[in-house]
Amino acid sequence: MLDKVLIANRGEIALRIFRACKELGIKTVAVHSTADANLKHVLLADETVCIGPPASNLSYLNMPAIIAAAEVTDAIAIHPGYGFLSENADFAERVVESGFVFIGPKPETIRLMGDKVSAIKAMKESGVACVPGSDGPLGDDGDENLRMARSLGYPVIIKAAGGGGGRGMRVVHSEAALLNAIVITGSEALAAFANDQVYMEKFLERPRHIEFQVLADHHGNAIHLGERDCSMQRRHQKVVEEAPAPGIAEELRNSMGERCAQACAAIGYRGAGTFEFLYQDGEFYFIEMNTRVQVEHPVTEMVTGCDIVKAQLAIAGGERLQWSQADIQWRGHAIECRINAEDPKTFMPSPGTVQLWHAPGGPGIRTDSHVYSGYAVPPYYDSLIGKLIAHGENRRSAIARMTTALSEIVVEGIRTNVPLHQEIFQHAAFKSGGTDINYLEKRLGLK
Amino acid sequence: MDIRKVKKLIELLEESGIAEIEISEGEESVRISRYSREAPAPSLPPSYAVAAPQAAAPAAPEAAAPEPPNRGHEVKAPMVGTYYAASTPGAKPFVEIGSRVNVGDTLCIIEAMKMMNQIEAGVAGKVVSVLADNGEPVEFDQVLFIIED
Repeated sequence: MLDKVLIANRGEIALRIFRACKELGIKTVAVHSTADANLKHVLLADETVCIGPPASNLSYLNMPAIIAAAEVTDAIAIHPGYGFLSENADFAERVVESGFVFIGPKPETIRLMGDKVSAIKAMKESGVACVPGSDGPLGDDGDENLRMARSLGYPVIIKAAGGGGGRGMRVVHSEAALLNAIVITGSEALAAFANDQVYMEKFLERPRHIEFQVLADHHGNAIHLGERDCSMQRRHQKVVEEAPAPGIAEELRNSMGERCAQACAAIGYRGAGTFEFLYQDGEFYFIEMNTRVQVEHPVTEMVTGCDIVKAQLAIAGGERLQWSQADIQWRGHAIECRINAEDPKTFMPSPGTVQLWHAPGGPGIRTDSHVYSGYAVPPYYDSLIGKLIAHGENRRSAIARMTTALSEIVVEGIRTNVPLHQEIFQHAAFKSGGTDINYLEKRLGLK
Repeated sequence: MDIRKVKKLIELLEESGIAEIEISEGEESVRISRYSREAPAPSLPPSYAVAAPQAAAPAAPEAAAPEPPNRGHEVKAPMVGTYYAASTPGAKPFVEIGSRVNVGDTLCIIEAMKMMNQIEAGVAGKVVSVLADNGEPVEFDQVLFIIED
């Protein structure tokens, strides 16, 4: 088992990683910006190192500072969390070259899956169905591109190869707009990702976002932990997630999960990962893979009983996966609400001091948050301040428990999206389940 | 309770890492505390931020002596790394207490990822405090020197 881990992240996920390390007896090093000296995990960690001023590019994205902190504390491994440098292949490479363990897949795997064009190619070779599309970067031949779009059928979507997570994409509804859209998306991609490659896919008009969690060790073992439905989104940001996905037959879950596990083995994947699909009309289409732990990992943990972050640490320490596929059982239903420091109607960020924080409790309720009464939410980072997770013996029970929990939680001093969640949990369509990725924005009148 | 006993207790406190002592003898008791009653005892875990030297606990239990206010310019570490006072082991340190420096003079080296970074004075003046130890890890914004003009 790893002796000492440096947590290269902040907020709720840093606290999550800290807790897993503590449970395993792993010493912890918390790196933080000057604005984050009062983060809960910083106050609890064995050692702390201030690595820079508030700005992310000078602190949490500052590779030399993070590696230097690992050097001066004699850390053995670095856990990158999610966001920030977690899917930066250069960072993973530098960590390894500096003699530390990077808790995640190999740098070349991150690079492979980080380029969406090469990821799709690798998945197709592994027998995973992808959205019908250009199967490669678009060239400069306008006639060829027009021909391709015609054969796919409008609408189509142009996506940046270096993008992902909802960024760098443009939907095209008619032929007249296609060539311009390709050029503009390419320039935006160059500016945002230093990579102007774009590709084309058929645009699915009412898909659900369903993703599969996988775990793979360094000994060639790979399993899946089932799926999550993350269709409740606003501007490509997930708002509510749940496991299992409503209405997916068990055989389909098993066969899709198997295929993902096999794909892991085929690409030599290591650690925790998530295969993201669009699901429409009974078909799954691969869109991208996230080579890190995800925000919504708790819903999978609640229905499988598997601790994904502990598994990441064990795998990085060279241990064999403690479960075989046959060991994984799914019990009940879990839902997660992302609690953001934002206005529930305008979505404007709402940083500031939380005068009173009161987390809910009771059977099946889990609160993953770094917030405490008196904690000041800084304005420099994303607005996620906590996750509320409810587990019940079925979906109805999970919804009922979450509704109670949403009425118990108190966050005074800043605005949060708790009222939005309370509203969503009243929607008949949500209660029936299976809403698509356009549902929330349409319902909020944003589309 | 005689004053010599109290003085002995104060010395005990100063020499040890104890924050507070309370002794009762019959109906008399005395409590000697390193911190003033208003300030809560710090609960932060060990970090690489070097605390400024502790002011000695005074005789009166009420107010702990406040630290002398920093006069002069604080030179803070611009990066994380290992602090070296001299260019090579055994060499004379770049500066000592009392050294006069000009803008741009090298004060120390911070080493990170096998690279030596010279930290230069941003102001001219006299070095009145050296707050880091040779070979010690330092973090961003940690105060290394105080320079007075």
